[in-house]
Amino acid sequence: MKHYLLKFFIPLVFASVGLLWIQSCKPKGAGSAVSGDAASKVYVAPGKYDQFYNFVSGGFSGQMSVYGIPSGRLLRVIPVFSVDPEKGWGYSEETKPMLNTSHGFVPWDDLHHIALSETDGIQDGRWVFGNGNNTPRIARIDLKTFRTAEIIEIPNSAGNHSSPFITENSEYVVAGTRFSIPMDNSNGDVPINSYKQNFRGTLSFIGVDKTSGNMNISFQILLPGVNFDLARAGKGKSHGWFFFSCYNSERANTLLEVNASQKDKDFILCVNWKKAEEYLKAGKGVKKAVSYAHNVYSEQTHMATSTLEKEVIMLDPKDCPDMVYFMPCPKSPHGCDTDPTGEYIVGSGKLAAVIPVFSFTKIQKAIADKNYDGIYEGIPVLKYEAVLHGEVQKPGLGPLHTEFDDKGNAYTSFFVSSEIVKWNVESLKVLDRVPTYYSVGHLSIPGGPTKKPWGKYMIAYNKITKDRYLPTGPELAQSAQLFDISGDKMKLLLDYPTIGEPHYAESIPADLVMKNSQKIFKIEENKNPFAALGDKYARVERKGNEIHVYATSIRSHFTPDNIEGVKMGDVVYFHITNLEQDWDVPHGFAVKGANNGELLIMPGETQTLKWTPEKPGVYPFYCTDFCSALHQEMQGYIRISAAGSNVPISFSTGKTIPDSISTKTP
Amino acid sequence: MKRISILASLLISASFIIFSCQEGAKKDPKPVDVQDLTRNQPETHGTEIKESEITITHPLNAEWVSGGKTIYELKCQSCHKLTGEKLVGPGWLDVTKRRTPAWILNMITNVDMMLEKDPEAQKLLELCMVRMPNQNLVIEDARKILEFQRSNDGEK
Repeated sequence: MKHYLLKFFIPLVFASVGLLWIQSCKPKGAGSAVSGDAASKVYVAPGKYDQFYNFVSGGFSGQMSVYGIPSGRLLRVIPVFSVDPEKGWGYSEETKPMLNTSHGFVPWDDLHHIALSETDGIQDGRWVFGNGNNTPRIARIDLKTFRTAEIIEIPNSAGNHSSPFITENSEYVVAGTRFSIPMDNSNGDVPINSYKQNFRGTLSFIGVDKTSGNMNISFQILLPGVNFDLARAGKGKSHGWFFFSCYNSERANTLLEVNASQKDKDFILCVNWKKAEEYLKAGKGVKKAVSYAHNVYSEQTHMATSTLEKEVIMLDPKDCPDMVYFMPCPKSPHGCDTDPTGEYIVGSGKLAAVIPVFSFTKIQKAIADKNYDGIYEGIPVLKYEAVLHGEVQKPGLGPLHTEFDDKGNAYTSFFVSSEIVKWNVESLKVLDRVPTYYSVGHLSIPGGPTKKPWGKYMIAYNKITKDRYLPTGPELAQSAQLFDISGDKMKLLLDYPTIGEPHYAESIPADLVMKNSQKIFKIEENKNPFAALGDKYARVERKGNEIHVYATSIRSHFTPDNIEGVKMGDVVYFHITNLEQDWDVPHGFAVKGANNGELLIMPGETQTLKWTPEKPGVYPFYCTDFCSALHQEMQGYIRISAAGSNVPISFSTGKTIPDSISTKTP
Repeated sequence: MKRISILASLLISASFIIFSCQEGAKKDPKPVDVQDLTRNQPETHGTEIKESEITITHPLNAEWVSGGKTIYELKCQSCHKLTGEKLVGPGWLDVTKRRTPAWILNMITNVDMMLEKDPEAQKLLELCMVRMPNQNLVIEDARKILEFQRSNDGEK
């Protein structure tokens, strides 16, 4: 026995020693590519604020998330295109119209890109825009409330990927078609292989009202059926121009992976939108019958309205010379980024071995000299060499996106070689490279797309997470990595998970946003027609088979909280007004068995939950958001009687209904 | 058996000492100043109202009484009855006889400050167990409430 144990134990001991050694002294690699002071650089002490707000696209979650930088702490998920039962978004009667489209109620979308509003090329912290890829839409989020204030659908569009990039005074956000399609007002029932005859692309310029932020499709431009991918507005000297990358100049309609990768060069489309405005004014636009939803949320009525618009104005380049030009760009360009000066446009060909950098000055000269390399579908193609500032040689494999710092440097992500390369925009020299984990997509530097990058940090949004976190089954957390870019060398500081699939993101100094952040909705200004502004107005009314409960909530009770006289066949609308006027005191509302989400009602707000009772009985309702020491007491009952019952409508709080004891259900 | 276990644990402990990596022990000599990286979160209270800042007049200001009633119905009635009966908070009957005008105005406009330092306010919290919400009233509104309370207490 002894002998056996000895034989068993000694090898075991040595094995453990070996294992310990391996684990504690893992060679320098993926896990330890972090310098010793990284933790202190991302540490934000309890009760302290982050330096930057970081607005991150939620990809196929359809939402937008807000992180604090440098801590990487998740501050909020803003529901945008997808329903969110947690916040009642798309469940309350007030918010349902926000998700209306020409196809009816659409509960989901795929949000890829972020655009923060700008004044004179600098982020102003008023609004943030996001695109819906699948059912083409653009949303505007009001940064006073961090809520989606407006959603506009884009007609004549599919795969709204090239969106919602913004001009330097927020004159326009744009929407370019990834998928070309037959136009909305044509007969769309055509053979798919008639692509070249029948399929077109469009660019939409959506005007943004300077004061209210309200969006309105100012005009569309009709273009050949290429795939528009990404875009950037000009700025400074190139203000008035917009640059759109596009691929599939082959105009393939099947197996694009091969068929749209045939040509050495695709294009960047240069749009002179000031010129387009002139043509619009001169009446060159043609009105096209379309149908698209325009949804606006009012902070006064706390309700959304959805309007179906019927018309857009289309500009056709054949009637509008000198408005658009193609610029050749190797190969299948994705990112198309203008530097802070507005002079340089960086194209990132996904399959290219170089990064071409175009010069705005040279573009203007080539246009003036008519230095063309042919005509593509009626649109002049500028000569590559004539518009090129230069190429970054051997940068890496699979360049995707470029952001800029405040020192004249560019940072380009490389998907295939999983790295970020820092290079100088003027000299085109590669200065530094750093690995990412893994397969980086978008990059984000605070103020990176503007005239005034704030620099300091860079965030990489990675497409593949693999072994970076504790495994959670087949589906893993999405991943971001924070780098310090204040020195010559990029330094990895932090990994943190994100929601959905993060694509583009923007960051802005916290004080530009927090100073405007709204704490409550003033109850005196609540114009919701179903509001109960005080307990005096709390009541229950029958209108045919509709029961309207006008209730108030305050710590910690509902008025009324005992409701009777509802019958089978009735539809119940709970209109709950939160009378609180204190920051961070929402009340929730849920009723047993409702085929619906909850309500989450902000201080001073009214929200409505629709409920169709399924069978007679007594149903409890309660506040779902912990509100006070007596939150658990914040509850009530609603009685549902059989159809044809003679139980009268009655309601109360703080007393039992005397009549109800003697009332018998028939 | 026992001896072998001891031997095993000794060996394991030794292996920690011998083989543990020293890499993690290095400390950055200059830690980043967190204060510099972040901003303070200031908790803002209203300004304390002094007794001398309030003028009590006779007869009652009728406009204030009716304005106070409207505010009461919107922002106070859910928790305070006009009788002496406690609902969520104390009933209002005779409140102007129990409390000074400044106490009432501070309770309405500076409830966080009062719950922090006023012993009478703290006693009420123990009694009611719900922090009185800050209902976001400006001083002028609070003064109207006071006028309405005086009227409710029978002053003319």
